Amino acid sequence: MYDPTVARLTYRALLGRRRALILGALPLLLLVISVAVRALAGADDQTTADVLGGLALATMVPIIGVIAGTGAIGPEIDDGSVVYLLSKPVKRPTIIFTKLIVAIAVTMVFSAVPTLIAGLVLNGNGQQIAVAYTVAALVASIAYAAVFLLLGTVSRHAVVFGLVYALVWEALFGSLVPGARTLSVQQWSLAVAHKVSDGQLVTSDVGLPTATVLLAAVTVLATWYAGQRLRSLTLAGEE
Amino acid sequence: MAVEHPAAAPPGDQSRIHNIGYRSYDGPRLGRAYARRSLYSQSLRGAYGLGRSAKSKVLPMLLFVVMCVPAAIMVAVAVATKANDLPLDYTRYAIVMQAVISLYVASQAPQSVSRDLRFKTVPLYFSRPIETADYVRAKYAALASALFVLTAAPLLVLYVGALLAKLDFADQTEGFAQGLVSVALLSLLFAGIGLVVASVTPRRGFGIAAVIAVLTISYGAVSTLQAIADVQDSSGAVVWIGLFSPITLVDGVQSAFLGAASAFPGGTGPGTGEGVVYVLVALGLIAAAHGLLMRRYKKVGL
Repeated sequence: MYDPTVARLTYRALLGRRRALILGALPLLLLVISVAVRALAGADDQTTADVLGGLALATMVPIIGVIAGTGAIGPEIDDGSVVYLLSKPVKRPTIIFTKLIVAIAVTMVFSAVPTLIAGLVLNGNGQQIAVAYTVAALVASIAYAAVFLLLGTVSRHAVVFGLVYALVWEALFGSLVPGARTLSVQQWSLAVAHKVSDGQLVTSDVGLPTATVLLAAVTVLATWYAGQRLRSLTLAGEE
Repeated sequence: MAVEHPAAAPPGDQSRIHNIGYRSYDGPRLGRAYARRSLYSQSLRGAYGLGRSAKSKVLPMLLFVVMCVPAAIMVAVAVATKANDLPLDYTRYAIVMQAVISLYVASQAPQSVSRDLRFKTVPLYFSRPIETADYVRAKYAALASALFVLTAAPLLVLYVGALLAKLDFADQTEGFAQGLVSVALLSLLFAGIGLVVASVTPRRGFGIAAVIAVLTISYGAVSTLQAIADVQDSSGAVVWIGLFSPITLVDGVQSAFLGAASAFPGGTGPGTGEGVVYVLVALGLIAAAHGLLMRRYKKVGL
């Protein structure tokens, strides 16, 4: 199910040339901000939860998920070079699975690791906040990568739709319509984080069993359907 | 295998140049200004998907509708309830709808420049009588105009609605004019940032993600820091932190000079002195965007 050559090509597509800089700039900014906040406000648990929840988990993780998830397959389909990959004797679901693993790994490295470091800088893992949000970022990475990889196979405007989901649905609708929060990867991962942390600073609107089931279901279904999409892929001409 | 051919034709009368009827062009030559105008109008049309496939019209038109619908609803509410004022200031509208504006810039800036890079059409443009400056200015002006249309249309809806609701004419006209100045500044700023980021990559997808990351993350970072500075009771810091993201920059300029209520935490925008700094930074950013684009296109190709 895992093809090292496909994985190597995907890593090169994601991190080659200047793209690693875009991916690296966001975590760097998070670290700079957390250092600045620590210097301005000192160690405070509520501030830590605000920065990690508002900036790291709500903004940074989805954006990196979009870049890694759609970037793993979107550009190849876009410029048509995916036919060279599809014409090799490699199963299409294997290609999707390999690309998913790579996308998850990249998202985790560029989002969960900086979240942990930022949490340690902000309050030295008081009340397990840093670890809780790191776990949330890890869990969210898996679901985001799977969903956005599927988007990459479905639409040529995958990045825009991914961003609309991450920014408009989760951030805007999630804050206005409570029901929308039940259908948000962010809240599901927060449910897992809530279990990890001791205090009441990390909360979620979704119960842990629901969240786990939904996370697993979304990841598996998205991966399966992406494999199906790739099996019957029609190459679109230039618009 | 190079075989030595004997000289094909012996020198003499037999060699001649045939006239096969090529004619030189003697029609009007429309020149540089015409090419620049065409590039501008085509880019502006392209920013709304006009003259492109139906699929590429969907997103810009959808965002345009999403921008205007809240304005129409507000007008309807104001007319129905016979309110004395619109529920939202003209200057505040773009700040509230910034997510939509960011998405529009992110989707259309790469559309405007990345495809030229990817399909290597930039050298073809420069084989016409246009210079680097013409290309950059035409693209910049086109995206800024498209953004101005996007941000000014809902203001127009609000203004017409306000007049229909018989609100105070002088008051509304002043607010509308201030709103227009503010969205013009916002359009120039966002278009510049979007184009600079998008012109670095020939990949549309990466361009979109990079533009949205610059706009959203800078706003997220600035508003987080501002909220913390506000809690720490250092309202001086709140104002200075606002310089570091485009939307708070516009917010600061309009609350200093255009009579807008500030959206900063604590509600205290910059005063006149700080406002001058805001204006200078905003104009500096626009100039810097133009300069960077000029430098980017000095060397054609990647």
